[in-house]
Amino acid sequence: MNIHEYQGKEILKQFGVSVPLGFVAETPEEAVAAAQKIHEATGADTFAVKAQIHAGGRGKGGGVKIAKSPGEVREHAEAILGMTLVTHQTGPEGKLVRKILIEQGIYYPGESEPEEFYMSVLLNRGSGRNIIMYSTEGGMDIESVAAKTPLLIFREEIDPAVGIQPFQARKVAFNLGVSGDAFKQMVKFVTSLYNAYEGSDASLFEINPLFKTSDNLIMAADAKVNIDDNALYRHPEYSAMRDIHEEDPTEVEAGKFNLNFIKLDGNVGCMVNGAGLAMATMDIIKLSGGQPANFLDVGGTANAETVEAGFRIILKDEHVKAILINIFGGIVRCDRVAQGVVDAYRSIGNIPVPVIVRLQGTNAEEAKVLIDASGLAVHSAISLQEAANKVKELV
Amino acid sequence: MVQHHLVDGCRGCGNMNFDGMEQLSVTPEFFILKSVVRSLLLSFQKNKRMSVLLNKDSKVIVQGFTGSEGTFHAQQMIDYGTNVVGGVTPGKGGQHHLDRPVFNTVEDAVRETGADTSVIFVPPPFAADAILEAAAAGIRLVVCITEGIPTNDMVKVQEYLHNRDTTLVGPNCPGVITPGEAKVGIMPGFIHEKGVVGIVSRSGTLTYEAVDQVTKQGLGQSTCIGIGGDPIIGTTTLDAVKLLMQDAQTEGIIMIGEIGGSMEADAAYWIRDHGTKPVVGFIAGQTAPRGRRMGHAGAIVGGKADTAEAKMKIMEECGIYVVISPADIGSKMAEVLK
Repeated sequence: MNIHEYQGKEILKQFGVSVPLGFVAETPEEAVAAAQKIHEATGADTFAVKAQIHAGGRGKGGGVKIAKSPGEVREHAEAILGMTLVTHQTGPEGKLVRKILIEQGIYYPGESEPEEFYMSVLLNRGSGRNIIMYSTEGGMDIESVAAKTPLLIFREEIDPAVGIQPFQARKVAFNLGVSGDAFKQMVKFVTSLYNAYEGSDASLFEINPLFKTSDNLIMAADAKVNIDDNALYRHPEYSAMRDIHEEDPTEVEAGKFNLNFIKLDGNVGCMVNGAGLAMATMDIIKLSGGQPANFLDVGGTANAETVEAGFRIILKDEHVKAILINIFGGIVRCDRVAQGVVDAYRSIGNIPVPVIVRLQGTNAEEAKVLIDASGLAVHSAISLQEAANKVKELV
Repeated sequence: MVQHHLVDGCRGCGNMNFDGMEQLSVTPEFFILKSVVRSLLLSFQKNKRMSVLLNKDSKVIVQGFTGSEGTFHAQQMIDYGTNVVGGVTPGKGGQHHLDRPVFNTVEDAVRETGADTSVIFVPPPFAADAILEAAAAGIRLVVCITEGIPTNDMVKVQEYLHNRDTTLVGPNCPGVITPGEAKVGIMPGFIHEKGVVGIVSRSGTLTYEAVDQVTKQGLGQSTCIGIGGDPIIGTTTLDAVKLLMQDAQTEGIIMIGEIGGSMEADAAYWIRDHGTKPVVGFIAGQTAPRGRRMGHAGAIVGGKADTAEAKMKIMEECGIYVVISPADIGSKMAEVLK
């Protein structure tokens, strides 16, 4: 599950990871009040005003501004709240900004130069262990750092039997080239960051930039936090952080029916049991000259109710010119699914696009007879190739 | 954003004990040779007894035996002819279920029945514990069907299984079947035929699709291993491919992968260097968008290296017969074996 920067920082703070003082705001008035609170607590005179959307590249899109007074905070808040922010991760349609984060400015002058680093914690799928990945090259896209200067990216793997050890945190701090107070701060930061990752059941932490202030404080200037969906049952407080405004409305509705749906840009909708087969079905639609309009896994129980919900969700997309239903009946009986298709079809009334139903496995022949006898404008197929050929004819 | 392909490292040969041979070339000293000979003999005996992972003498227990999933699939396995010797449900020890004894602990079940294989239908919050319990009781093969186990739990399980004699298949998988011998999992038994094609796959129904195509080609299957769709799984594509390469019954291998991770590439490089049998490959998700999880927790394109396209290219370069259409898996295998 993705969460906002301000929510991610709340989680970090709970685990003792240092972050700039900040408050979330939904109106310019709240933003100004937040700035005043920050000024009283820290004496800060500069503030960051940051759009809260689930996408990176906010700064380039105009969603992050520095304010030198509460008046400027108001100006920026008015400009950013309600804007449609377009970044390289939002797609051309952009995302509406509903919340902003007001933070103390951290680029203040002092005894040393401020520095920006990069740090993330994630799973190394190859070894089945978590790693801390870090670099002296902070504040920029880590993919381009990896492409241009791969030697500047370091990795520290954590042994799950003992967790992060002091020598590992020291190694990270040495490799980042910090010394004195900043060194001590960095050791503490790395240790608490890793413990936060494990403790919150995160699937990704990305701190970019990881910031050293001019007075040698280390803090997470930005935080991208993803939580492992499978572990949310242990953290009801994180489940409450879900922001459905950030999700596709059709996907949200599909979720209510326990359907695993992802919207795509094509012209052939599909409804499949099983994730692997669903991806393979999308692939075969493309090979037949169409473009998949969605990923939809109806799971192990494809019945009339789920099939009907699936139809309705797919048909919301006016670009859909045909629907391919692909069910491999194992435990699920194909004749029952076929009956479900017929019932759903009748219940919806008129489905304006051709439907191809491919049912294979348990009772596939009976299912084909059922579909063919229904008199509905439904094309039935048994082999995957047959289904592909029918898609080709229709698009 | 950070991408998973930036993460280095390879799991190497996994945690299984089938590679006694490889030690031979690096350890010439006599006293080590002696132990190698012993382990070779042992693995020979194992191979004689085993097809791949399973056979009709495997003694299977069901963890989560009395639950609805456990009950349904235990009955299906019994009907298939699998030697299900009992099950475990904490607190229901001493009862009987499906005419078989129920035990409170796996340890009890192993002591009383001599079970060597376990299949897990325990809900996600308790499933990692169930795997550890089976391993601690000395179960040789643990098949975990459960979908939705937190990744952090699996990091710990993986660590615990390291250097133990337990092979884990899954989680989030359909299980393992050796047609005509035993079925330990949730796959529909009737689509399988005893035969010569070994199948390894991260998917459920897509595996059934491949099985069905192979059966219709008249080839049948030796063993099908559904390794699971999670980011951390016990038996990797490479582990499964090695087992099938060593299996006398297997003449050709079908390797079905999907987007995300580097397991197919790891297996492909090993096949290039050590493969002795033809391999047909398919990767699902050629049309999957970047950064979205396609149903399976592990099916997500991070960077350039874990796209279907990149994997298919590596597989082709390593001499694997890659099919672009999932409808061609069975016919390609038949063509290659001709």
